[in-house]
Amino acid sequence: MGRFHRHDGTVHSHDDDHIGHSHDHEHAEVGDHSGYLTGTERVEVLERIFDENDRTAAANRADFAAHGVCAVNVMSSPGAGKTALLRHTLQRLSGALRIGVVEGDIETSLDADRLAGFGADIALINTGRGFGGECHLDAPMVRSVLAKLPLGDLDLVLIENVGNLVCPAEFDVGEHARAMVYAITEGEEKPLKYPVMFRSCDLVVVNKMDLLPHLGFDLDLFLANLRAVNPAATVIQASARTGDGVDAWCQWLRDQIQTSP
Amino acid sequence: MHELSVCGAIAGIVERRAAGREVRTVHVRIGQLRQIVPDTLVYCWELLCADTALAGSRLEVEGIPASIRCRACGRTAELGDLPIFACGGCASTDVELLSGEEFLITALDLAEGANT
Repeated sequence: MGRFHRHDGTVHSHDDDHIGHSHDHEHAEVGDHSGYLTGTERVEVLERIFDENDRTAAANRADFAAHGVCAVNVMSSPGAGKTALLRHTLQRLSGALRIGVVEGDIETSLDADRLAGFGADIALINTGRGFGGECHLDAPMVRSVLAKLPLGDLDLVLIENVGNLVCPAEFDVGEHARAMVYAITEGEEKPLKYPVMFRSCDLVVVNKMDLLPHLGFDLDLFLANLRAVNPAATVIQASARTGDGVDAWCQWLRDQIQTSP
Repeated sequence: MHELSVCGAIAGIVERRAAGREVRTVHVRIGQLRQIVPDTLVYCWELLCADTALAGSRLEVEGIPASIRCRACGRTAELGDLPIFACGGCASTDVELLSGEEFLITALDLAEGANT
């Protein structure tokens, strides 16, 4: 990489600094049809790539807070049981709390349909838009559906992210807390393979515990791997099929409502 | 997996900062924990920029290894391939991340001279 120095308020770099001030001319053929040789000016930028997303996330967070709504971003791999858990959640909490759901899916309204009929307000985001669809929700996507939710009437917004252990972890959508649903069918090593996701969560629901007798799953090894990447995460063992552990999850959600701004 | 949308975010910043000038190289600094595959990012950049004002520009990725510092004993270490967030010296899990989450555009190489 070239040497940097100040020049007319910008930062230049010269790849050939052994010849003093001469500019790098190796790209003279690129895009220059004028007959002139043109040099390259290096301009320092230092701008965060997710700046726009993070600004929108901050606006979402402020809107949630202004309406006294707690927002929880729920993430998992496909098929780990997010929607099944949320069905139980709506069944148990809909009488006591007003809940909105932001449902992210690449295609179809299948998950949104599974959550209908429990009295919650549901806003669907289909992320498919060419190239196979976005694999995550980002802050502008969530912002685009906030107007569909009666925020002033709600206590809690559950944001069901796209099933994926990689990308959703990278995008702040304006949530107050992050929860992850992990199924024991996924194997003990997942925290080590997807450390960014597991590190980003405040809570990990260890789901499908009803299958434990049928699997060679080593729960202690999984928990040790989880601790290795995220010592602080709360862990709730659950089964969204039998309903075990769902009360503890619902209590955690109530605690988030109490502590969110 | 999200390299294409990352490239979209980079292109938005580059177009604003270049303000119409020809962009030759975009320098980005990306930490190990950002889950970006550099080759995929470069491929997506070419895909995204084709037939735009940024066509022909190059994406130069500077990878930053993840490193941690132990708050208990002060030892620093690179994370390596296994993301164990614990001190290799005293085994404390009270560690802070020193690097590895960088996600920046650091510089642009812009054409200077006659035809800008």
